[in-house]
Amino acid sequence: MRIGVVTFPGSLDDGDAARAARIAGADVVRLWHGDSDLHGVDAVVLPGGFSYGDALRCGAIARFAPAMDSIIDAARGGLPVLGICNGFQILCEAHLLPGALTRNQHLHFRNRDQFLRVESTDTAWTNSFTAGQEILIPVKNGEGCYVADERTLDQLEAEGRVIARYVRGNPNGSQRDIAAITNEAGNVVGIMPHPEHAVETLTGPSLDGLGFFTSVLRALAGAPAGANAGGHQ
Amino acid sequence: MTTQPDTATSGAVTPSATPNQSPAAGKPTGFAATDVLVNEFDGGPDTVQRALSTGDELQPHTDLGLKDDEYDRIRQILGRRPTASELAMYSIMWSEHCSYKSSKVHLRQFGDKAPTGTRMLAGIGENAGVVQISDELAVTFKVESHNHPSFVEPYQGAATGVGGIVRDILAMGARPIAVMDPLRFGAADHPDTARVLPGVVAGIGGYGNCLGLPNIGGEIVFDPTYQGNPLVNALSIGVLPVERLQHKEAAGVGNVVVLLGARTGRDGIGGVSVLASATFDEGAEQRRPSVQVGDPFMEKLLIESCLELYDAGLVAGIQDLGGAGLTCALTETAAAAGTGMRVWLERVPLREASMSPTEILASESQERMLLIVTPENLAAVLGVAEKWGVWATAIGEVTPAEQDGSPGRLVISWNDHIVVDVPPGSLADDGPVYARPIREPADLILLQADKAETLPRPTTGDELRETVLRMSASPNLCDKTWVTEQYDRYVLGNTILAQPEDSGVLRIDERTGLGVALSVDGNGRYARLDPYEGARLALAEAYRNVAVTGAEPVAVTDCLNFGSPEDPAVMWQFAEAVRGLADGCQQLGTPVTGGNVSFYNQTGAAAIHPTPVVGVLGVFDDVARRIPMGFPAPSAEGDLLFLLGDTACELSGSEWAWVTHGHLGGRPPKVDLENERRLAQLMARASQAGHVSAAHDLSDGGLSQVLVESCLRRNVGARITLPADGNSAFVQLFSESAGRALVAVPRGHDKAFAGLAAEFGVPCTPIGSTSAEPVLEVRDQFTLPLDEAREAYEGTLPRLFGGAAELANRHGDPEHAADPTAPASPDRGAEVLITAAAGAAMESAAPIEADGIPAAAVAEVKEPSPAEDDRPGGSAD
Repeated sequence: MRIGVVTFPGSLDDGDAARAARIAGADVVRLWHGDSDLHGVDAVVLPGGFSYGDALRCGAIARFAPAMDSIIDAARGGLPVLGICNGFQILCEAHLLPGALTRNQHLHFRNRDQFLRVESTDTAWTNSFTAGQEILIPVKNGEGCYVADERTLDQLEAEGRVIARYVRGNPNGSQRDIAAITNEAGNVVGIMPHPEHAVETLTGPSLDGLGFFTSVLRALAGAPAGANAGGHQ
Repeated sequence: MTTQPDTATSGAVTPSATPNQSPAAGKPTGFAATDVLVNEFDGGPDTVQRALSTGDELQPHTDLGLKDDEYDRIRQILGRRPTASELAMYSIMWSEHCSYKSSKVHLRQFGDKAPTGTRMLAGIGENAGVVQISDELAVTFKVESHNHPSFVEPYQGAATGVGGIVRDILAMGARPIAVMDPLRFGAADHPDTARVLPGVVAGIGGYGNCLGLPNIGGEIVFDPTYQGNPLVNALSIGVLPVERLQHKEAAGVGNVVVLLGARTGRDGIGGVSVLASATFDEGAEQRRPSVQVGDPFMEKLLIESCLELYDAGLVAGIQDLGGAGLTCALTETAAAAGTGMRVWLERVPLREASMSPTEILASESQERMLLIVTPENLAAVLGVAEKWGVWATAIGEVTPAEQDGSPGRLVISWNDHIVVDVPPGSLADDGPVYARPIREPADLILLQADKAETLPRPTTGDELRETVLRMSASPNLCDKTWVTEQYDRYVLGNTILAQPEDSGVLRIDERTGLGVALSVDGNGRYARLDPYEGARLALAEAYRNVAVTGAEPVAVTDCLNFGSPEDPAVMWQFAEAVRGLADGCQQLGTPVTGGNVSFYNQTGAAAIHPTPVVGVLGVFDDVARRIPMGFPAPSAEGDLLFLLGDTACELSGSEWAWVTHGHLGGRPPKVDLENERRLAQLMARASQAGHVSAAHDLSDGGLSQVLVESCLRRNVGARITLPADGNSAFVQLFSESAGRALVAVPRGHDKAFAGLAAEFGVPCTPIGSTSAEPVLEVRDQFTLPLDEAREAYEGTLPRLFGGAAELANRHGDPEHAADPTAPASPDRGAEVLITAAAGAAMESAAPIEADGIPAAAVAEVKEPSPAEDDRPGGSAD
């Protein structure tokens, strides 16, 4: 299985996302923001960082990259896409996910090891977990406070699209402790904490982050051939 | 040119791939005196030709920080008066910061006493020292100061401090892989500290996080001595394949000089000299903020472009632009090669079209590099820059040496006016050197006689328990999470250990596990009491911090923070500290690979404590064997605890004397570097054999602090029986004797470990074991539940700088949880604004240091960044 990792100017965790996918057993394809060809990948990770230096708003410019045009089309066709941190922000700016990520309520950048509760395992990126499972992965962001209007939040809850919540403390003030959400189809997931930093015992607080990457490999293995990548093969 | 979304839509980054960038401004007409900072008069710039015909014109050399005899020497070198641009260049390059004119005669010891047979590939004089760590790989590391800008404008001062040191690392051919920040502030509860610290921390985080570099350690020290002179030092480390090592020589006649990175603006002019305050006409003066403004996004692009250029073999020479800007980069690259250089200044891309040639040469705009490339490679270089959306402009070319074989000349024109024609070596290498007078401080004898060993001490178990709590809650010893969680420690995925561990440990090679450990330490109080011993103690502590992780210490970098070199007492402290550090490095076999001197850290006549900050680099063949500081979750019986080294009654200069008595006097602890070396050898061997599960160096706060920290790290208790070595329980807990560490040894390994300790001659005393019960018990003295210790240890900084209520919530402690609807307390917003004004009014003695500027040159102090509101339940913005 081929997982593409996109590099935008200012992407920082692209190498880490690539390493995590590789450890999970994927073949990794590095994608360049200026290239609209997705090189036949089976899934895409939009990594963390500060694309375009967070100019205007986090993710606001990256969303217009040629690679994103293709990814938006492919995601609508079912391509599994995981947006981590800045990637989550980009997915919101691209309207693949609802809501927005705003400045942390306490106004500081915050990096800590954070417990999450996995709320939904019905997505391409969380099927390796069990519902209600508590996992420990690093959070690190300055603008990770998830906000949406009440109706959207209610809808996300009702449709089971809040897929992970902060537990034992909310690091950024996100509404309803939301750490990760998915789209209606369950193929696009945005998560603020960094699963790619919890994939090795030497460097991470746990191995819990690997589950996101093994999940997508499992989803892809189970999916009928050609059902995934929205015509960019 | 293919348009990419970054360049098409960001607006912030518009690459210029044309080498002959036309000047933004046309030919100057009616060039008004108000447009320029120095003597550039009506009608055009001060040219060489004009200098020849107006030899007697008065020049503001003293305002630029040049002494009369220095000015005379410039005239002698040039055979005429310097042009305004030349004068500015000499004032910059001959400043204390660039020329090391006061420190040079002392710093020579680092070379003279350098141990032989080391792994050093590049040393002092390069942008950063380079140390080989395997057949293929080398690392480069260096620490620098950015003290004064950080006092004036904490956020940008600290941010550009990170940016500057990272470019030094990049210039050696390395990919920067981490940063560390030794920080020193005034008293923790002083109002101005509430202005400076949050800004500095946010600036370091804002720049380093956005650059994608993990912050793996450092120091945070509070002491009134730093009230008007916070010390913001920044360390960076990078890794390179040995064959990718870069040089700064502008070799190869006909090669093209390329300016890469951000456009040049008026920021930072006069940073390293006193240029910004020097004009003939005060009324015409244009005051500009002299602190540079950082753009980490641009620096990230600069890093990626440079690395791509190195890997493609497109770079013949490279130098970063930091303090002293183009002036420094042009003269140093040319001087290093002995070549000449011809530069067309109007080609430099500007942010402000009206900049004069002198301003362009003096600007300290950040995120720029100077490249020397062959003409054949120019197109490829510009292509790489375009890919990353970075400006790249050919501004000049390398010219031959003189026909008589003497070095070439640096000739700079601006719109067909020759404004500079100098021998580059006269700027870069032949600056003045002073052997300044030195004299032991008059108060030192009395200070050393006032020992802390005679102060009243706690005696009962209850008193000791209270002292343990009070010490662990004191600002210098307390938990620093409030600061460090504003830094990304995970990015790049190779951080094995980071703060609060004794050292930062990084994996360098994923295949082999090859890695490094880095620690940076200093103790201004020790150095005040005895600068020679203080420097050796700083070295010993950093060395020991690296050693207890199991790494082999191999090299040193230093940042020497002192008061005014014109004060003989300060100069004596400096001379003693350098001698101590050089002697220590010789004895330990760890060469000083590079570093930085920061003078003029003083307010009025009062200098800071002499503060040599020492960074030690260690190497791991396999980082998997690193030893963390926290006790591991205990097995059934717990791991055994051993105290390594000997404890003497050494309380002078200690944290205890300071916290409980506000006392500083006596002599600092003795340091025996042979003991440190033996301890390091023991720890390396024990780590290889897997005998040790945790280790923590003993320093500030002594054994008491180590026990608290090692227990709290993973919430594992310990039962301690203090050895019957003749010392009181108090001395055993709070003495700061050097050469000691606490180790946890899994049962079954204890005999082997004790045997190893005996083999290396390291005293090894069993003092108890870890326990599953979350309690720190010192037998016959006291029992301290870890929750209580944690509350003391973790509460201090949030209480001082905001977030205390949130901390209580996080601990799930309903008693202490704040009502989320209540206003945050203390509300620091108003206080901060007041203290900003107070800080601006504070008298300061115009420090000149790394990229520093005199306080007088700064028109206003900006408001602090809005980082104070920590209200739980508040609105998002």
